[in-house]
Amino acid sequence: MIAKRIIPCLDVKDGKVVKGTNFVSLRELGDPVFMAKQYSESGADEIIFLDISATNEARNTIVEIVRDTARNVFVPFTVGGGVRTIDDVTRLLQAGADKVGMNSAAVANPDLITTAANRFGSQCIVVAIDAKKYPDGWHVMTHGGSKDTGIDAIEWAKEAESRGAGEILLTSVDTDGVKSGFDLPLTKAVVDVVRIPVIASGGVGHPDHFAEVFAHTDVSAGLAASIFHENTFSVEEVKRSCMEKGVNVREA
Amino acid sequence: MIAIVDYGMGNVASVKTAFERLGYEVIITDDPEQLRRASHLILPGVGSFQAAMEEIERRNLKELLQELAQVKPFLGICLGMQLLFTEGKEGGTTEGLALIPGTVERIDTPHILPHIGWNQLVISSDQPAFQSFQQKHVYFVHTFAAKTDPSYIVAKTNYGTEVTAIVRKGSIFGIQFHPEKSAEVGSEILQTFLKEVQ
Repeated sequence: MIAKRIIPCLDVKDGKVVKGTNFVSLRELGDPVFMAKQYSESGADEIIFLDISATNEARNTIVEIVRDTARNVFVPFTVGGGVRTIDDVTRLLQAGADKVGMNSAAVANPDLITTAANRFGSQCIVVAIDAKKYPDGWHVMTHGGSKDTGIDAIEWAKEAESRGAGEILLTSVDTDGVKSGFDLPLTKAVVDVVRIPVIASGGVGHPDHFAEVFAHTDVSAGLAASIFHENTFSVEEVKRSCMEKGVNVREA
Repeated sequence: MIAIVDYGMGNVASVKTAFERLGYEVIITDDPEQLRRASHLILPGVGSFQAAMEEIERRNLKELLQELAQVKPFLGICLGMQLLFTEGKEGGTTEGLALIPGTVERIDTPHILPHIGWNQLVISSDQPAFQSFQQKHVYFVHTFAAKTDPSYIVAKTNYGTEVTAIVRKGSIFGIQFHPEKSAEVGSEILQTFLKEVQ
């Protein structure tokens, strides 16, 4: 059967990775291509770059990073952040990205998902959903999790799938940064209503949190940033923890 | 020099890099003269079977590829592997390059499609050169797969049903997954192909 995927996420701003790591020297720190290569060589099943640059000029640097990554990294990689138009999607795929992630722009203009999926195939279109719990259910949040759209996150996941999304990157705004584990109820609620792979994100503080989300939900992948960047734990340790608990993962 | 056949289907830069990494000179071309001069031909591809065959015919490459596949090592990757077969059933029936007998059909599985992710190879017992890849994970992205005679099958994978992963007929090889995205194992599989066709 298909292995559960372990995915490190790199936040890139103005061409540099903004969260540090201890396993690279100062000179290399911040180089997204170098870090993606390190992760892929230590067993990461996929890499996600999230471009958090504030300006269009800075965002152009991500295209160069993508091109360079395609030449140096031999696992699939996804690029998201600031993807607003079909031209953005085209540019990133042509530069060598395997998949492109869209978030706020897809909420504002759901046709973007349809157009992109029709043109390039569902397998390369990832819809990122940031969700937060409210008394009436989970709401879709935009602007880095700060703005409530009032849209029901579960319904939005279903719509994203029907419009041609090939995968959902689901981040819990409630657990993000808390380090006490993935948001199991949210993850389960979304996985149970869609037939496309879901990547769980937000809340990892320990390798065991991956095995936990795989044991309690049918999620396809787990994503983490800080535990890898801060060198608290390596991808190998996460995979070892998963294997010990009977989760089917690719050997690191 | 290895030639990657350019017929406008998908990004082939990663495939080029994968062979360059192994020390080969690689060109991406649809020029008949360069294809004739190449030591090996690689047919990559992402997209639909029908659109791919139309594009190959529009560039007048079909007969040339059929001819060259008989005289030099030939490797189809992903959609390029599917095109090696007699016909494809994606969006009606389309004739393929017919280099290996078989059909390309939608995967009949209870699991979600496309089949995306890292899945394990099951190497056929009569394929000594590939035994070291037994149970290794490689990266798949596809909805359709080849149905062919077991004698051509080098490796399969399980996805609620048996899915053809690597095929071989003489020096014609097909790889359904993406070796260029399958980390070190992918690179080693390309090396094995190159060694086998020497």
